[in-house]
Amino acid sequence: MGETVQQPTVPEQAGAPAVESTAGGREPLLEVDHVTLRFGGVVALDDVDFTLYKGEILGLIGPNGAGKTTCFNAMTGIYQPSQGEIRFRGQRITGKKKHHITKMGMARTFQNIRLFPEMTALENIQVGADAHHKTSVISALFRLPRHRREERDGLEKAKRLLDFVGISDRMHDAARNLSYGEQRRLEIARALATDPVLLCLDEPAAGFNPAEKEELLQLIRKIRDQGVTVLLIEHDMRLVMGVTDRIVVLEFGKKIADGLPAEVREDHRVIAAYLGVPDDDVA
Amino acid sequence: MTSVREWIASGRHAVSDRWHDAPRWMRWSVIAAVIVFFYALPNREFYQWLGPIPTTGSNFGQVLFTVSIYVLLAVGLNIVVGFAGLLDLGYFGFFAVGAYTVAVLTSPSSDLKTLWPWLLALPVALGLTMISGVMLGTPTLRLRGDYLAIVTLGFAEMIRVAATASDFLKGQRGFNQIPHPPGTHADGTPVFGVLDPRPYYWLVLTLIILVVIGVRNLNRSRVGRAWISIREDEDAAQLMGVPTFKFKLWAFASGAFIGGLAGALFAGKQNFVSSQNLELLNSIIILSAVILGGSGNIVGAIVGGGLVAYLIERFRGIEVLGIELYEYRFMFFGLVLVVMMIFRPQGLIPNRRRAAELKDRRKEVMVGG
Repeated sequence: MGETVQQPTVPEQAGAPAVESTAGGREPLLEVDHVTLRFGGVVALDDVDFTLYKGEILGLIGPNGAGKTTCFNAMTGIYQPSQGEIRFRGQRITGKKKHHITKMGMARTFQNIRLFPEMTALENIQVGADAHHKTSVISALFRLPRHRREERDGLEKAKRLLDFVGISDRMHDAARNLSYGEQRRLEIARALATDPVLLCLDEPAAGFNPAEKEELLQLIRKIRDQGVTVLLIEHDMRLVMGVTDRIVVLEFGKKIADGLPAEVREDHRVIAAYLGVPDDDVA
Repeated sequence: MTSVREWIASGRHAVSDRWHDAPRWMRWSVIAAVIVFFYALPNREFYQWLGPIPTTGSNFGQVLFTVSIYVLLAVGLNIVVGFAGLLDLGYFGFFAVGAYTVAVLTSPSSDLKTLWPWLLALPVALGLTMISGVMLGTPTLRLRGDYLAIVTLGFAEMIRVAATASDFLKGQRGFNQIPHPPGTHADGTPVFGVLDPRPYYWLVLTLIILVVIGVRNLNRSRVGRAWISIREDEDAAQLMGVPTFKFKLWAFASGAFIGGLAGALFAGKQNFVSSQNLELLNSIIILSAVILGGSGNIVGAIVGGGLVAYLIERFRGIEVLGIELYEYRFMFFGLVLVVMMIFRPQGLIPNRRRAAELKDRRKEVMVGG
């Protein structure tokens, strides 16, 4: 693991000291405001409403098909809500282009890993770093100073992030040749390269063994300590309880609970919907 | 059979590794030697020592000019197909726009009667082809895969039909007396004359070198990374902040620019442009050249374009058992493509990463079986 990271990604850290778990009156970062999303007759999200505060780690949980990934997709601009709206850093992002939302500071990973398989690990992260680069085609064509400066910065940042997630030794390997765990880490590094304020992780621990999950937990905490707010979709209850500050529970597209991990664990609706099924967290 | 193939493959890997490990000065001197070789190639004093390489059925300089035009086109199409992964079946349409723009502006048979010199028409032609690339791309680049292929195919056909049917574009009669590029020797004779094709070849060769430098710069920048990320996973690219539509348009426009350049050069050499130059077959030949050479690799595109164009010309004037081989050139060409797809789907000089992928896949299959 890389220990030598100096503030990898966060553009504005002012006013974001280490945040106590659920102190009230904090700055909302993402507001999902009564969002409903329909596909034909299917209601995938039904009046979902929650707020994510700056500096916290929020867990989004629920049984399979509850609408967690759909919620992610609505936030990152893949789907447009049928009703309601989503605000990020006070701005309405409904209807905004996907790459604009990324530029505003929201980055994500995917449930089924979606790296650029033929690019090297380094190049994958460079693509993320390019999100804030302004080199035009003309300046790339003639290798003008801006191009060279941004290339150098991007490369440096990519190396730093590879180190941060602990896969520096795979720098020049094609992403597709990395192990499953390394690919998950690379995806996180690629997302961090876009300088996010909010990082959305879609089941980052899927397929991990307990030791790997523990390492992931540490990585997520480390990311939060850099000042990045984290939204985490997760199946593994132990992981969610161990790392999140607050939990939102979805079932059949509806929010059924919202609160501290301890509260949520006691909530009878949550127990009935999700925790009550003993084998569920094995998935 | 398998062992022979493996032996060849290992030899090629050794060459490729040695190339990448070689010191910079050595690589540059090899590149310089190759460039000198190709500049020297059209001179009889040089090529008479090269055995069966020069063509027998037609002027070798002329053949080399044709080959160089195809190389230029392959380098351009490689941006669109190889880097950005956009299947463009109508790439030759941009060649047509370039050639026709020059023709309309310069030829005395044009209705405009502007009679511009070639060099003045060139930037206009390049600008117009880029605009036509953007115009074609803006509505169509929202489509993916097969749909894009069909629409681009339609674009090239539209241009051909328009050129055939419209009075303004003169149909099959075409435009004649298109002026040549400027320049005179010390004794007052023009550099770019009617009889000697070599200066045109040298001009195109020089432009190929410049274009390759430019494309290589783009490929090694955020632009190239954006293109490849779009090819690999367009949705993920977008979510990582790549303005995919913008960069797809740039891929189209850059490809179009190079296609238009080839068209303008062709018009300046040929002196005559008509709708007969615009067969659909040309688009397909260039695409095959890119795939044959190795999609996504600049050197592969050059080799593919050169080889395809050269082999087609090489067949001219060869008779076997009373059969004119040239008549069957496309049959052989098709055969070669089929064989390639079976034994070497990644192309002759593939993108390094893609080669690795195909190799791994074969290993997996072997282990699985």
